Amino acid sequence: MEEFSFMTILAVFEEMFGRGLFWTMVGAAALITLAWLYVLIRDRSMSMRKFLLAQLSMPIGGIAAVWFVMIMTNSGFADIGGPIDWLVLLGVFAAGAVGFAILVYVVQSLLRGKAADA
Amino acid sequence: MTDFEKLTTNRRGFMSIAAAGSAALAVGAGTRATAQQRTNARILILGAGAGGAAIANRLASRLDGAQITVLDGRAQHWYQPGFTLIASGLRNANYAISSTEQWLPRGITFINEYAAELDPESNRVTTTGGQRIEYDYLIVSTGLTLDWDAIEGFDLSMVGPQNGISAHYASPELAETSWRALDKFTDEGGVGMFGRPATEMKCAGAPVKICFLGEDIATTKGNRSKCEFIYNAQAQNLFGVPVIHHRVRQIMDERDITYRYQYVLKGIDLGAKTATYTTPDGEVTDKWDFINIVPPQRAPQVIRDSGLAWEDRWVGQGWIEVDMQTLRHARYPNVFGIGDINGVPKGKTAASVKFHIPVVEDHLVAEIAGREGTRIYDGYTSCPLITRIGRAMLVEFDYQDNLTPSFPGVIAPLEELWISWLMKEVALKATYNAMLRGRA
Repeated sequence: MEEFSFMTILAVFEEMFGRGLFWTMVGAAALITLAWLYVLIRDRSMSMRKFLLAQLSMPIGGIAAVWFVMIMTNSGFADIGGPIDWLVLLGVFAAGAVGFAILVYVVQSLLRGKAADA
Repeated sequence: MTDFEKLTTNRRGFMSIAAAGSAALAVGAGTRATAQQRTNARILILGAGAGGAAIANRLASRLDGAQITVLDGRAQHWYQPGFTLIASGLRNANYAISSTEQWLPRGITFINEYAAELDPESNRVTTTGGQRIEYDYLIVSTGLTLDWDAIEGFDLSMVGPQNGISAHYASPELAETSWRALDKFTDEGGVGMFGRPATEMKCAGAPVKICFLGEDIATTKGNRSKCEFIYNAQAQNLFGVPVIHHRVRQIMDERDITYRYQYVLKGIDLGAKTATYTTPDGEVTDKWDFINIVPPQRAPQVIRDSGLAWEDRWVGQGWIEVDMQTLRHARYPNVFGIGDINGVPKGKTAASVKFHIPVVEDHLVAEIAGREGTRIYDGYTSCPLITRIGRAMLVEFDYQDNLTPSFPGVIAPLEELWISWLMKEVALKATYNAMLRGRA
């Protein structure tokens, strides 16, 4: 009960987004991750060209994630109060950046296929 | 208990999130399942608020065959921690409103009536509709009543911008009406009065929060110089826990909020726009342009008349005489208390409810199984003490006035932080809802 557990965290996230939306988002994240693994196995290597574009798009994902948190809550940069707040902000940015980079890589690989990268 | 065990089993071990998460992933999600206890006990739960709904769900999953009856006359469930956000214009009234029944488990009996009479000698409750219900175990989770009539010259119809009166404790709708009063005051300026009653009260931080929020809103609007903020504390402090009192006082000093000790609101005069306070030096009458009224708070009449209340403590308030660690009634061992109704020294908050529930569940299920319960409530409660829109202090403490941070070394309890605000604004309602369903 009052201890944190994985089930508690799941329950809280289900309540936060609604069960349907939460599991849809988890499913989407899982699908993109699987698609990424799929193209890596299919291509038998990382394409540095696709990876470069993915890396270049990271700031977009990071900024979008921070922007999303700021507009969804009644708060802004002026409310950053201590080190943990900066870490949370960096965490949000990093999560958005990495997630978007994987998405960009996967989309390129699926759209262009292996040959386009020659 | 070794330090390592403390870290992984104690709620305050931050690492336990990660530890529990990875462990659950590794061994599958079913690790928390507990075998159901077979029984035909009749369990009556008075009140279907946060405590009543949550314990009903917990007991329904722990017990097989129990006849669980929940009694509550209100069809609406109110998410009361949201009232502050409504009263500061960040949410509308619907944010806090749901239906009582939607939180209750299947397989129990819900009676949409209040208790009219409670006789713990004969284990019987009579409802306002005249039904008689006999029980083997009684869980009192009625919450408390707000004694608006105790404020002379005031009634709830006065709340709103036309009079400059806020009473955000009353209901989600009146919290929204209260926001319009605060909005007008922070536009036009004047003297704003805040304060708290001399009785025990739910969420003792809420009167401070609405004062801080009002000041922040006036500042954001550029109207701070037109507004005067006065906080009237009932005691010789601004918060019952000394270390938190000093921090609140420091913030009030920094933000030029006037505070007065031992000022208790006695009544208002709407025509003259004055408030009368009782103080150690006699009565004092002050003018106001805006006033936030938080009335004295007591146990519901049916509980005060039942013989369950303390006789020598909190006289006239009627909180029930439970053991402060087991939450079991001192004179009627088949009676337990959850939430605001408990006569214990600290915290009438939803956070307290969350920590009352596993204790009552443990002792009741153990009793049914013929064992002794072991869980102890240490007085833990918490309050995301909002200091401005976007920042809060996550204060947590126990019976001993110790700070008991959930995330020691990570989230500083006395620091105004964005993350503490995010917890209040984003995570708290979800956690509360999960608690109601018996899942957190």
